[in-house]
Amino acid sequence: MPVTRDSMMKGFDKRPFLNTLSGFDWLFAALVLAGAGFVFYRYGAVMDVYETIILSGVAPAVIALGWYWKAVRAMLLAVTLLSLAAVWLYGSSLEPAQTSFLLKFLISSQSAIMWMSALFIMATVTYFGALFLRSDYAGRVASALTWSAAAMGLTGIMVRWRETYLTHADYGHIPISNLYEVFILFSVITALIYLYYEGRYQTRALGGFVLLIISAAVGFVLWYTFDRGASGIAPLVPALKSYWMKIHVPANFIGYGAFSLAAMVGVAYLLRARAERVSPQGLFATRLPTLDVLDDVMYKAITLGFGFFTIATVLGALWAAEAWGGYWSWDPKETWALIVLLNYAAWLHMRFSKGWRGRPMAWWAVAGLFVTLFAFLGVNMFLSGLHSYGSL
Amino acid sequence: MNTLARPRRTAGAILLEFLGSMNLAITLLVAVAFSSVIGTILKQNEPYQDYILKFGPFWFEVYKSLGLYDVYSATWFLVIMTFLIVSTSVCVSRNGPRMLRDMRAYREDTAERSLRAFHNTAEWSVAHTPDAVREALMRHLHSYGYRLRVKEHADHTVVGAMKGAANRLGYLGTHIGVVVVCLGALLDGNLPLKFAELTGKVRVETRQLLATEVPAISRLPADNASFRGLVSIPEGATVNYIGLKLRDGFLLQELPFEVQVKDFRIEQYANGQPKSFESDLVIYDKDEPVPQKQTISVNHPWNYKGYVIYMVSFSDGGSKLQLQAWPLAGAAPMQTLQGEVGKSLKLAAADGPRTLELGDFRLYNVKPAPAGADKQFQDIGPSFTFKLRDESGVALEYENYMQPQEHEGREYLVSGVRDNPDAEFTYLRIPADTAGGIGRFMRFRVALLDGQKVQAVVQKIANRQLAASPAQNPRVRQALTALLEKLLARFNTGGFEAVTEYVQQNLPQEQRAEAARFYVELLHQTLRELYDGVSAGEGGSITQADHSRFFDDAVNALGVLRDYGSPWFLQLADFQHIQAASLQVTHAPGKSIVYLGFGLLIMGVFIMFYLPQRRVWAMLRQEGGVTRIVFAGSTNRDSLGFARDFAELRTGLEARLKAL
Ligand code: HEM
Repeated sequence: MPVTRDSMMKGFDKRPFLNTLSGFDWLFAALVLAGAGFVFYRYGAVMDVYETIILSGVAPAVIALGWYWKAVRAMLLAVTLLSLAAVWLYGSSLEPAQTSFLLKFLISSQSAIMWMSALFIMATVTYFGALFLRSDYAGRVASALTWSAAAMGLTGIMVRWRETYLTHADYGHIPISNLYEVFILFSVITALIYLYYEGRYQTRALGGFVLLIISAAVGFVLWYTFDRGASGIAPLVPALKSYWMKIHVPANFIGYGAFSLAAMVGVAYLLRARAERVSPQGLFATRLPTLDVLDDVMYKAITLGFGFFTIATVLGALWAAEAWGGYWSWDPKETWALIVLLNYAAWLHMRFSKGWRGRPMAWWAVAGLFVTLFAFLGVNMFLSGLHSYGSL
Repeated sequence: MNTLARPRRTAGAILLEFLGSMNLAITLLVAVAFSSVIGTILKQNEPYQDYILKFGPFWFEVYKSLGLYDVYSATWFLVIMTFLIVSTSVCVSRNGPRMLRDMRAYREDTAERSLRAFHNTAEWSVAHTPDAVREALMRHLHSYGYRLRVKEHADHTVVGAMKGAANRLGYLGTHIGVVVVCLGALLDGNLPLKFAELTGKVRVETRQLLATEVPAISRLPADNASFRGLVSIPEGATVNYIGLKLRDGFLLQELPFEVQVKDFRIEQYANGQPKSFESDLVIYDKDEPVPQKQTISVNHPWNYKGYVIYMVSFSDGGSKLQLQAWPLAGAAPMQTLQGEVGKSLKLAAADGPRTLELGDFRLYNVKPAPAGADKQFQDIGPSFTFKLRDESGVALEYENYMQPQEHEGREYLVSGVRDNPDAEFTYLRIPADTAGGIGRFMRFRVALLDGQKVQAVVQKIANRQLAASPAQNPRVRQALTALLEKLLARFNTGGFEAVTEYVQQNLPQEQRAEAARFYVELLHQTLRELYDGVSAGEGGSITQADHSRFFDDAVNALGVLRDYGSPWFLQLADFQHIQAASLQVTHAPGKSIVYLGFGLLIMGVFIMFYLPQRRVWAMLRQEGGVTRIVFAGSTNRDSLGFARDFAELRTGLEARLKAL
């Protein structure tokens, strides 16, 4: 068959996106749709209209995420299988947590979260080991540990969701309602954002820095669990019984996670910038990504955080309008969310329009972490307001 | 000298330049952030007394004049906000038109020199005609999603390509969104109120008044455009106003309709934590032929003609309590009292009058169930709290449970007492009799004061003691009976503590320990005789062991009555539970504007970040037999990402040109 000019030219065209998808991509999409369909079929009758809308939005969002970021598909499938196994092992009571080997040592929410904690700490050490020993192999191990930790954490959240219903039928709620639960969410989300950039920029040198923050969060979770017994399941106060929580809180934590990541990349930036002056042949100046790349990751993370934090704050305002009777009350938590946004808006303008780059911006990103941290924790610890949940 | 020739700028132009400048924008963003911090650190809109206590009179005045108690309505804060709005608007109006033009401009007039200056460039010479190259090039860029425009110049052709033109809309969306949000919020804020206050049209009411007593100057008419206030409505009651809290006082906002709370309910979880608060509301509106009904709960407000009514919380709405006041001193009979939560009663007692202030009533008290029970939690029944205030104004606070409470297997009537609100309650436990009442305890207590009975028992004990002694000396007998009476009298006024004091006052050190034991033993026998006298008449089938335990508990309770501090034990006999729903009513016409702004803002931000504008040019020039191509690209965001994309474009194009 003669090759026509036209068909030959076609060979150079960019392939339309759908044509680039593999069989696994389609299988993944089919599984997500089947899962969502099953939920509709099984629980549709008890879901209200907002829950229907949320689920209808989540399914395509998960598919899009999996198509865009291939590496996450395997993890999502693993989490699904582990969670389903736990749900199946539990049946209709919490008893099996004591008797079933798998639940007791692996996938009851408590065990999964303990695994997550251990894996994150191991990953932190391994990432730094990889950096200092200049070992690619150790780096790959660290990545695998981080992926596993995120999977266990997410499994812990999913299983705990089921456990709230098993504790008492009307206690059931998505487990992102108190400080203990959101710290786990924070660890998982920050790790996932990091893993995305790791794949995207093909560098594992930043892992230790970012995981340091996650390890701190894990330390807090452990202290909170063992010292304060915070892992118990309690029902929601009336104000939190709202579908808004399901979207407001995750959006917030994408913001917190991205800002934390930006700050840690800022730290890496400062280390490399210093190393380039002081010891250009040293570890930091040679092993860390170049300043341009660090600057780019920092900027990307801040834009991601800014976008989602804006959504979260707006969702918070919509929720407040429904629960407290006003979209804005200058409640300390609200106000600090605004402060965080204004701070990063100033950062973005400085960078974009004044063209500032380099160390001042990195310092500012690091300082931003403290503003963010105060909005996240300080407000609960030191200030009182309408956001009464999760006081320490 | 170009600069000299330039016309002098007017003051207005300079001002506009300043207002739209990035420096001002960044300064304002940081300034708003900093001033917002103040309002979160200093609790806003507390009663002024609290601030005076906290800061002292001098700093109180300083902070007050800075408006720190209501930062977000302080003039200086509003000025900063206004600047931010103005600055953003000026920014949009200056940049907007340029950006809109930019969206449609392909810049096909760009010079070769400028193309070469870009970061991302490539050059080729190929042995094809410009037309063939142009066709291949356009096809290539098109397949990568670029929109194209071709311009033929005298000696060359430029293909201008662009992707993500909408990025510019992102800028507009974000910044217009910010302005729109601020304007909408301004409409709902209390700026008009502040103005009315400044011009003396309204005055904040700082006294505690009934709604009907509030003077006209502190009332806002029903047609007030925007407000947000609270009202607490007892079940069954109807109101047509709400209160707006403002600094150290309030304003009364009239409503264009009347709201009635028909019923208020709390649903509880198994552990007694509230699960939902619900109110059945009725609105009586002159414009509606029939009353409008709806049930609201937390997170499920009622939007009635733009007035939104929210379930906020609840309190007691004046439950009616029937109380039995059992005297704890003297032999007066029990009195029945009718009280109402939130109101007070004057009562006379032997040691001066008291005011009984009924504080709260709780229908349910869910506590963890004792170990071994088949459920985790149990409701231990209604309770109420009250204060007893004496003439000098000193008050003790009490918490009494209606039903007997189990403690170590026995039943008690329980009352907690404390002398300040931060302290824990200490509990008085009076043993409950077979019927679960206080009757037997009270009969026992009265028997201790009954001269005749006491005489008889004292003689009986004396007989018993002296029967064992050989000498029947009447003086010894007299001394013994006198001692017994004394001990009992001491016990009646101050329990065992008073008996111990008596021992310490009247006996030498070396005899005390032994004497005390003997006295207590004597007193114990006396009390027990009296108790047996009381319980003998009761009949029933109570075991001796039960009696002994009851007796011990009763003596213990009597022993601490002095510390209990109340002349009565108040027992709740009956009640009518009336709750009050706290509702918030808002009228916020700016809300839809604010939401529109939110939408613009979010869309704008995401477009701006994730839809970068990318431009590519190709300049084709025929030189001899070959076509020379200058290829270049630029972007306004994500230059690293674009560098990658450009490399891909370039490689693909190269391959395509080779294959041509
Ligand atoms: C509360 C106020 C504001 C917010 C939340 C805000 C937000 C943003 C954001 C998120 C960006 C994107 C930055 C980036 O991609 O790195 C941006 C860009 C920009 N902002 Fe603002 N901004 C605000 C006020 C202002 C003001 C007052 C000005 C006027 C001086 C201004 C001028 C600009 C300009 C010129 C850009 C670049 C747009 C472009 O060329 O694509 N902004 N703004």
